[in-house]
Amino acid sequence: MTGPSGSGPAGFGPPVAGPLGGHGFTVPVLRLGDILLVTLQGELHDGMAEQLQQDITDRIAHTRVTGVVIDISGVDVVDSFLGRVLAEIAAGAELLAARTVLAGMRPAVAITLVELGLTLPGLRTALDVERAMELLTAGERQGEGSP
Amino acid sequence: MRASRHAAPASLPIGSDADLAWVRQQVRQAAAELGFGLVQQTKLVTAASELARNTLVHGGGGHVEITPLDSGPAPGLRLAFVDAGPGIRDLDRAMTDGYTSGGGLGLGLSGAKRLVQEFEVDTRPGEGTTVTVTAWATVVPPARPGP
Ligand SMILES: Nc1ncnc2c1ncn2[C@@H]1O[C@H](COP(=O)(O)OP(=O)(O)O)[C@@H](O)[C@H]1O
Ligand SMILES: [Mg+2]
Repeated sequence: MTGPSGSGPAGFGPPVAGPLGGHGFTVPVLRLGDILLVTLQGELHDGMAEQLQQDITDRIAHTRVTGVVIDISGVDVVDSFLGRVLAEIAAGAELLAARTVLAGMRPAVAITLVELGLTLPGLRTALDVERAMELLTAGERQGEGSP
Repeated sequence: MRASRHAAPASLPIGSDADLAWVRQQVRQAAAELGFGLVQQTKLVTAASELARNTLVHGGGGHVEITPLDSGPAPGLRLAFVDAGPGIRDLDRAMTDGYTSGGGLGLGLSGAKRLVQEFEVDTRPGEGTTVTVTAWATVVPPARPGP
């Protein structure tokens, strides 16, 4: 599997969080300092997406990270169900004092979401994981990167 | 490139989360074989995901018929989502952005309509619902010779 570990920035310490998931499907999760990096790939069944929401929220509460980056560069379809799950993950993180950035949305997905009518208000976005990490570590500059 | 072999219609069951994922994959593959561009594929697969989920969640399950249309001037793909569920009592309301009878974002029907070229709903209270959509591959002019 292609977790982000190969390209992860050095100096953030070892990945202390393991993969999330069940049902034979895993979502790689890395803890990089105060940030949780969640990498979504391929087909995410509805039940898995809901499980993921709960797992990430639990993980935020336990690790007390202050930021969450969800890398969706490997996701080729975001429909209103997954869109709602992503928005709810961000809302849950916010309540636990963590900010969420959605990283790496594919252009075709972005174009489709606009036409679908799902603009994900309140979800910060970044072009890639690196920029998402910068956004989260740059301080309390709220409201940046929204579409 | 157009698929050389003549594409045949297919019928896929919609009875579980896993079926939704399979429908997305099969629609993606059929659209790619017919020469749909990446954005067109993504739009159609997203519409299919929304409509298949409606078949599953609101219609109590059913099936989708996938019909490649490759005899006209431009290749197209027709998808018919069929269930024998409760039907849609007030179609105008169901087609309104944001209307949900519960749990969703209410963007499935209205959003799917925006993502395809042809959209038709045949629904009878107590008998079921069939939503048929068609998308045509835009004919892309051949690439100019590079330098
Ligand atoms: N196949 C179906 N059978 C019965 N009702 C349906 C069907 N598809 C859609 N509906 C109704 O139309 C409403 C709007 O659908 P949609 O726009 O997909 O929103 P959502 O699925 O998020 O509720 C649904 O809430 C449901 O009441
Ligand atoms: Mg729906």
